[in-house]
Amino acid sequence: MSESFELEIFRYCPEQDTEPLFKSYEVPFREDWVVLDAINYIKDEIDGTLSYRWSCRMGVCGSCGMMINGEPKLTCSAFLKDYPSHKIRVEPLQGFPVERDLIFEMDDFMNKLTEVKPYLLRKEGEEKPLEEGEYLQSPAELAHYKQYTLCINCMLCYAACPIYALDSNFVGPAAIALAQRYNLDSRDQGRNQRQEVIASHEGIWECTFVGECSVVCPKDVDPAAAIQRAKVSSTLDWFKEMIMQLSKTK
Amino acid sequence: MSKSNEPVLWLLFSAGGMISAMVFPILLIITGVILPFELAGEVTFERIHNAVKNPVVKLVLFFVIALPFFHWAHRFRFTLIDIGLKPISFLVSLLCYGGAITGTIVAAFILWKI
Amino acid sequence: MTTYRKPVFNTWWLESKPYFFFVIREFTSLFVAGYCLFLLLFIAKAGDSQEAYATLILSLKSPTSMVFHLISFTFILYHAITWFNLTPKIMVFHLGEERIPNALIAGAVYLSWGVVSLIISWLILGS
Repeated sequence: MSESFELEIFRYCPEQDTEPLFKSYEVPFREDWVVLDAINYIKDEIDGTLSYRWSCRMGVCGSCGMMINGEPKLTCSAFLKDYPSHKIRVEPLQGFPVERDLIFEMDDFMNKLTEVKPYLLRKEGEEKPLEEGEYLQSPAELAHYKQYTLCINCMLCYAACPIYALDSNFVGPAAIALAQRYNLDSRDQGRNQRQEVIASHEGIWECTFVGECSVVCPKDVDPAAAIQRAKVSSTLDWFKEMIMQLSKTK
Repeated sequence: MSKSNEPVLWLLFSAGGMISAMVFPILLIITGVILPFELAGEVTFERIHNAVKNPVVKLVLFFVIALPFFHWAHRFRFTLIDIGLKPISFLVSLLCYGGAITGTIVAAFILWKI
Repeated sequence: MTTYRKPVFNTWWLESKPYFFFVIREFTSLFVAGYCLFLLLFIAKAGDSQEAYATLILSLKSPTSMVFHLISFTFILYHAITWFNLTPKIMVFHLGEERIPNALIAGAVYLSWGVVSLIISWLILGS
């Protein structure tokens, strides 16, 4: 039984075209194939000029994110058999500039990851010297932030976020979730330093809790919740600061 | 540190959202169906009249009305901006929060006068 | 290097179901404000004379009032349900290593809603 499967793939070759176009390819249909298998087949057997990113093919590296029928997915985790029409449209991840074919520029995201200072920060004078050993943490303390450590930086959440599509200044779900991962880590004392970026107009306050970021996240990080919780803590901070300022001027 | 006023606006939005979610549905049933069609027997004018003239009730009603106004303002502001009014976002904010402030003043005035 | 940016139109929210229902959810705020205005009218009349109040109650039987209440109720109910369902995302509590399940938080919020509704009914309508 030789069934086939059609992929309509977004192509963009900046040296040749000024506008992108869609090219249709037919691949054999296999029960156990994922979209990445189909794309690899196209590259190997049909059209070697197709450019795309992939690596682990098992959902842990975050490289192969693409839009499949308008939904952000990891192509290594999207099974052909889940598309009974045997036809899909594959596009590069939404919200980012496209370099070529299915490859998008992720510089903005990489910059934002660094901006949120994703490392343990200690207050002045509270750094523990190496000789004193590790910072101890109980399982209960770990439970507070563990969910936010699971992010594989696949950027599906940015592709799902309409706010990011409208305004690329928005710090975005994954970066804020990453900040929360450190803010909620009992060993960290750097929350105030991250607030410059997180509690800014382009940070949590631009989010309107659409929630699609958490829906598409392949690792159940739930960045939407991370952002809303940051809104609560930032609001409490705001009032604490107000009270401190008022008591200072007395 | 965040010196923007967003936290305050967000707090008003949240409070208004919780209040309208908790209280408005039952009030809608009361004013929409129960009172006009007398489904709860006779609810006298005196009962309602004396209730709304009570100072404690007035205070509660003030918050029950003012906070949802700010819930609308904050939510509607962001919606309008996302639907394409970003170029005039300052005007949108002015109209939304201005509207909420107006509504609050009108509420205070009415409650004061009755 | 010339990168390509897919244009985003102001009709972005019509392109997918989740986006559409998100905007509907946001538009419920209009009906919240609308009902606030109605409440002010109600209070004004209730604090006025018996005739004024009676006229208002009579007008609540009109088709206009019924349509207003029906539409407002639909949208405000949608607001309430989406609001309560999202509450567990914001209110996260841990008991030791275990996180309090979302269903429990949502259940507590819905229960409160029921209790508040009953109390308000009792206060306004009597027992």
